[in-house]
Amino acid sequence: MTARPDPGTSTDGALLRCENVSLSFGNVRALVEVSLTLRRGEITALVGDNGAGKSTLVRCVSGIHRPQSGRIVFDGDEIDFHSPEDAREAGIETVHQTLALVEDLTVWQNLFLNREIVRRLGPVALLDRRAMQSRSKEMVSTLAVNVPAVRSRVRRLSGGQRQAVAICRAAGFSSKLVIMDEPTAALGVQETARVEELISRMREEGHSVLLISHNFIQVMRLSDQVWVMRAGRCVGGRRTAETSGEEIVALVTGAAGQ
Amino acid sequence: MANATLAAGDREAWSARLKDLGFWAEWAALVGLVVLVIVFQALNPTFLSAGNIASMLVAAAILIILAVGQTFVIATAGIDLSIASTMTLGAVAFGQAYAAGWGLPLSCLLGIVASALVGVANGVIIARGKITDFIVTLGTLSAASGLALILADGKPVTIIDPVLLGLSTGGLGIFGWSFVIAVVVALVAHVMLFHTRFGTHLLATGGAPESATAMGISTERIKIAVYTISGTLAGLGAILLVARIGAAEPAANTSFLLNSVAAVVLGGVSLFGGRGTIIGPFIGAMLLVALVNGLTLLGVSQFYQPLAVGIVVVLAALLTRFQR
Ligand SMILES: Nc1ncnc2c1ncn2[C@@H]1O[C@H](COP(=O)(O)OP(=O)(O)O)[C@@H](O)[C@H]1O
Ligand SMILES: [Mg+2]
Repeated sequence: MTARPDPGTSTDGALLRCENVSLSFGNVRALVEVSLTLRRGEITALVGDNGAGKSTLVRCVSGIHRPQSGRIVFDGDEIDFHSPEDAREAGIETVHQTLALVEDLTVWQNLFLNREIVRRLGPVALLDRRAMQSRSKEMVSTLAVNVPAVRSRVRRLSGGQRQAVAICRAAGFSSKLVIMDEPTAALGVQETARVEELISRMREEGHSVLLISHNFIQVMRLSDQVWVMRAGRCVGGRRTAETSGEEIVALVTGAAGQ
Repeated sequence: MANATLAAGDREAWSARLKDLGFWAEWAALVGLVVLVIVFQALNPTFLSAGNIASMLVAAAILIILAVGQTFVIATAGIDLSIASTMTLGAVAFGQAYAAGWGLPLSCLLGIVASALVGVANGVIIARGKITDFIVTLGTLSAASGLALILADGKPVTIIDPVLLGLSTGGLGIFGWSFVIAVVVALVAHVMLFHTRFGTHLLATGGAPESATAMGISTERIKIAVYTISGTLAGLGAILLVARIGAAEPAANTSFLLNSVAAVVLGGVSLFGGRGTIIGPFIGAMLLVALVNGLTLLGVSQFYQPLAVGIVVVLAALLTRFQR
């Protein structure tokens, strides 16, 4: 384990640090003393088999679960989120595996969900629909993915368009960290390529990204750093430039040992 | 990809719309109302007389107010079965306070607060206790009517108050005050649903609770809020009810419960939550009142009215299967 950076000391550029994070659901030990770091301005990948605990870790960082032990340091401060709203306030936006879109609402309503722009009229705050619609247009027009009309309901969008809307929402709100949980798992080849382009663009624009993926080729192509999880544990980390797809696969399956 | 179809979707030709069952499903209440009006007017010309219109509007007021409350609840994928007995409790609380010499304003306030508290209890038990809305509100249905009977000792209280009398008889032209109040309630509700953050969060809570939670919306708070609104509106309905019948009775008012849900269904609000309008249930309530009024004018026996209402509602529910 020479290539594994010590989570305790590599503070330069570290945006997120998980230290011995553990969480069990009854008998299921979903996370066992997970430690990893994530550097600013990079795409950090998190890989592992189904059930390895990736989504659970994501949910800890984005305020849905609270770790039972261990600590998470974000942007210099230890975090103790009680709700997803706390995480969003702190600058962590998440594209969940389920996308967390509301199908019956329009694209612009989803983009601004719980971030609505309002006008104050005395004691009442009314939605500034026009402002949100025009800002939504700007937001989606920067996408590499074909642009869905912002006034159409999400129900009418294709899988790739939905993914684009969810990513756009996460990237749109001066977020310090964007987490994406398997953003291309449900997409076809063409749509996957477009979403990957989006993710690279986000790094160019200075976003830090945590990318959860099953797809080793994608991880090797996009990421700067890879962390591997197996059965709830973080079993290793590599700089992408210094590793190979075979080594990552070996880590994921456990063939490489600890 | 789907861009072209989306653009075309926005500019759908009217002829295509008319062939689309989804369009009819969304406007079922309006279409039904227009058809009823034409049929009843053809059969009995007094149907559209100023006097009859005025009395229909007044008769619709309470139902509109309850349907608005029910819409808020149903839009979060819940249901408030206690809405009518909450109104009964509010009416009795109002009547007891009035009889005890509290004066009109304080008595009104007490009636509304009593109903609102039932709503708060519903909301807290459903949201915090994570118990099915159906069961909880079925429980409060019984509890509220029981409380009303206890408070009133089973007896109605006659209330003669000039202001209440004016409320039930006066108005702006053919629009009685109670109808005016119902319209104001509907307008405020419309603004709340479509022009405030609360409304958006409410629809998100109903349409996709997990997504709403993931975006930091407190679905618990939304649920407590909608049941509280429903209870409060039941309290307002209670005052109009007392004004209309001139007494506070601990009677069950079951038809108001059924009709409030019926108006919401007729109004195209999805029982699965997440989508709905205020204008739809408003028209739905008018349709139900017009139906009953028209049948009465035609001399059809009262016994047929619940049957007619039931058929209309089931038809409307069938239509909602074609909603887009
Ligand atoms: N809310 C939950 N309740 C119970 N068990 C859960 C819950 N969420 C995840 N798990 C379990 O935790 C383990 C890790 O799941 P998850 O984090 O979703 O894996 P991954 O995203 O890597 O596929 C699995 O065994 C899963 O069944
Ligand atoms: Mg997962």
